[in-house]
Amino acid sequence: MNIVNQLQRQFIDFSTSLHREGFVDDQFTQLQKLQDENSPDFVVEVVSLFFEDCEKLINNMARALEQTQGVDFKQVDASVHQLKGSSSSIGAMRVKNACIAFRSFCEAQNREGCLRCLQQVTHEYSLLKNKLQTLFTLEQQILAAGGSIPVVD
Amino acid sequence: MEVAGEVLQSGSSQELHVLAVDDSYVDRKVIEKLLKISSCKVTAVESGARALQFLGLDGGKGSLGFNGLKVNLIMTDYSMPGMTGYELLKKIKRSSAFREIPVVIMSSENILTRIDSCLEEGAEEFLVKPVKLSDVKRLTKDCVTRGETEGKDGRRVNKRKLEDDNHSSSSSTSSSPSTTASFGCSLDPSELITSPLHSSKRAKLRDRD
Repeated sequence: MNIVNQLQRQFIDFSTSLHREGFVDDQFTQLQKLQDENSPDFVVEVVSLFFEDCEKLINNMARALEQTQGVDFKQVDASVHQLKGSSSSIGAMRVKNACIAFRSFCEAQNREGCLRCLQQVTHEYSLLKNKLQTLFTLEQQILAAGGSIPVVD
Repeated sequence: MEVAGEVLQSGSSQELHVLAVDDSYVDRKVIEKLLKISSCKVTAVESGARALQFLGLDGGKGSLGFNGLKVNLIMTDYSMPGMTGYELLKKIKRSSAFREIPVVIMSSENILTRIDSCLEEGAEEFLVKPVKLSDVKRLTKDCVTRGETEGKDGRRVNKRKLEDDNHSSSSSTSSSPSTTASFGCSLDPSELITSPLHSSKRAKLRDRD
């Protein structure tokens, strides 16, 4: 097997595991299919925007939950809702699911529960970030070796 | 709409111009891509206020504020800070200049009362997010057909026409979770079905969560 095939094999296996482990869902595949020669970095760009969004929203949630005078759960919920929306848009399934759980604690105005969820969301976000960085690196290696990125359905 | 009789080709000057409204940068980027792939010109703005400004409806600039690029379709998120998509929809439908522009609402939550209110106010469709390419392709195709058949008689009579079989003709492996009071533009007004709207809507709703 030459180097391109090896890398492509790795890519396929890694992609498959991302789906199997629930890091990404079909929406992510949809985004990958949208990438074309007019926008060869489309997925990387959208994902970067998403991670920026994550960081901002996670900070908002943390700040809101820190308020000793009384937590504004509506505010926390608004940020969770936004994060849920963008994670859904890019297919970040585990982050999205963590947000869904988070919202019910916001509704219940349960600060402890919210803090646990915030931890979970932060954890899922950093896991995903690592995974996707690996995926993008593989893509770059394939392209550098003169190959094309396989479409994994 | 001026496109009567002309078939829209990609890249031609008769591309549909879609105004996309969403407060999420990620979502704007995605919808923009979906629309460009569907051969549309896109203007993406972050709020209802900006959308009204773009259309020249904000009262600030007067009718000369409209930048001249005719908008053929508006796609707006429902939940936005400030002005919701619903409020934007109402403002557009209450304006004599722009009420004919089809407005599609997008939302991550498929709440029946919300869907009903939007359709009542004249939304063409209510799409559940995440929006898929098949949704956008279908919408923009309907928009083109609508332009071609509207021609002389101008206004569509009622926006809540039912066309349940819309989805069987869309591509893609998973069915679109949209709720549609479709464009159904080639229907004769005498074929209008304005109810039962609810039962068919419910049948099409898919729980995304």
